[in-house]
Amino acid sequence: MNLVGTLNEFVGHYNQWIVIFLMVAGLYVVVARGNMIKKLIGLSLFQTSVYLLYISPGKLLGGTAPIIAEGFTVYSDPLPHVLILTAIVVGVATLALGLALVVRINEAYGTIEEDEIFSRNDQD
Amino acid sequence: MRFDAILRVATKIFLPLVLLFGLYVQFHGDYGPGGGFQAGVIVAAGFILYGLIYGLSALTRIVPPWLVETMVPLGVAIYAGTGVAGWLTGGNFLDYSRLREDVHLAQETGVFLVELGVLITVSSTMLAIFYAFAGRDRS
Amino acid sequence: MAEATIFNAEALFNMALLTGLAVLTFGIARLRNLFGVVVLASIYSFLMATVLVVLDAVDVAMTEASVGAGVSAVLLLSALHLTRMEEAKPMRSTLLPLFVAGVTGAVLVWGTLDLPDFGDPTQPIHAAGPDYLERTVPETGIANAVTSTLASYRGFDTLGETTVIFTAGIAVLVLLKRGTRRRNPKPGEGGDAL
Repeated sequence: MNLVGTLNEFVGHYNQWIVIFLMVAGLYVVVARGNMIKKLIGLSLFQTSVYLLYISPGKLLGGTAPIIAEGFTVYSDPLPHVLILTAIVVGVATLALGLALVVRINEAYGTIEEDEIFSRNDQD
Repeated sequence: MRFDAILRVATKIFLPLVLLFGLYVQFHGDYGPGGGFQAGVIVAAGFILYGLIYGLSALTRIVPPWLVETMVPLGVAIYAGTGVAGWLTGGNFLDYSRLREDVHLAQETGVFLVELGVLITVSSTMLAIFYAFAGRDRS
Repeated sequence: MAEATIFNAEALFNMALLTGLAVLTFGIARLRNLFGVVVLASIYSFLMATVLVVLDAVDVAMTEASVGAGVSAVLLLSALHLTRMEEAKPMRSTLLPLFVAGVTGAVLVWGTLDLPDFGDPTQPIHAAGPDYLERTVPETGIANAVTSTLASYRGFDTLGETTVIFTAGIAVLVLLKRGTRRRNPKPGEGGDAL
């Protein structure tokens, strides 16, 4: 394979690789970190990677936003935009729900660290 | 932030502009980027800005909590009611094409009502969540 | 297919912004001060909105900019105010999570090698989109295909999403509003809510 072909392969898959990096970074934060707010931020990272996963295949090079106007013939795909648009607002509503749970946990246990909550439960 | 003059004056100038932009995003959604979800969040963000600078009690004088909590289900009811109107005019659920004589006009009416429902639910939910967090004492 | 992708300005600009996103993600995962994490997450959202503009998803970009950088930052900061700012040092080793994440990532990267290239017009996702684009103006008279798809063609989906937002809002009110009674409890029933 020549150099241009290899570079094209790289450019063609770069979006997907960044999506995967964001996704596993979110996964790592959720699994490795004990702080519950940090876990929720990790979940948000995972979620934004899915936004990118949906939107980036819909893009056409040289295209424009899917608003029909004279003089344009190439538009990006509107369907993933619709799905992700609603998912973002639902995402912030569920993030608020998670934060509300964290606030209640903090009031009940006095901490939001997973390890401290587990050790307190073991004492009881 | 009670005594910060720059922030207070700037907020007073910004609040109407943010709300105007929210309404523009809402009603121009048919022809440009925009719609109920974006406009709802922008309107809520404008009120939240006011609440952050002037305090929660000043914000609850403009938008009382009972109004916010009524608007949360009201938006869903408007949306579902538009769907039922499709039934009553002889179509399927959420079928707007018979709401008016002209098909394009009927579709635009249906989309307008649906987007209005989304605006009301999204903006009031964001404000209700903000009230719930901000009105809580530090334990 | 697409011989000149590497010379395409859109693709290169997109790659530069995505690299910025990856660097920010690294910072978010490493930092222990949660206030700093929230600020970084806010910057991340703005950068993500810029990426979405480059990807021609203007409606989504507008939503991400107002939600991610605006409302969710406020919510995270208010939750931090009610809890605490600093994250504790982990008691367990992070080697196992790092290994799990690395293996998952490697398997997924291996899977992408068969996926279509960025900007390829022949990929399956473009099977349904042009249909909406052709039908929106003749059938609904709405120029923005995202609005007509959201509110008309897929109105049922959006009704479901609105109901989810409604439900999440109600759940937050149930969780946080009840406890406010604890501030001046009536004799006999105060304080046992938790």
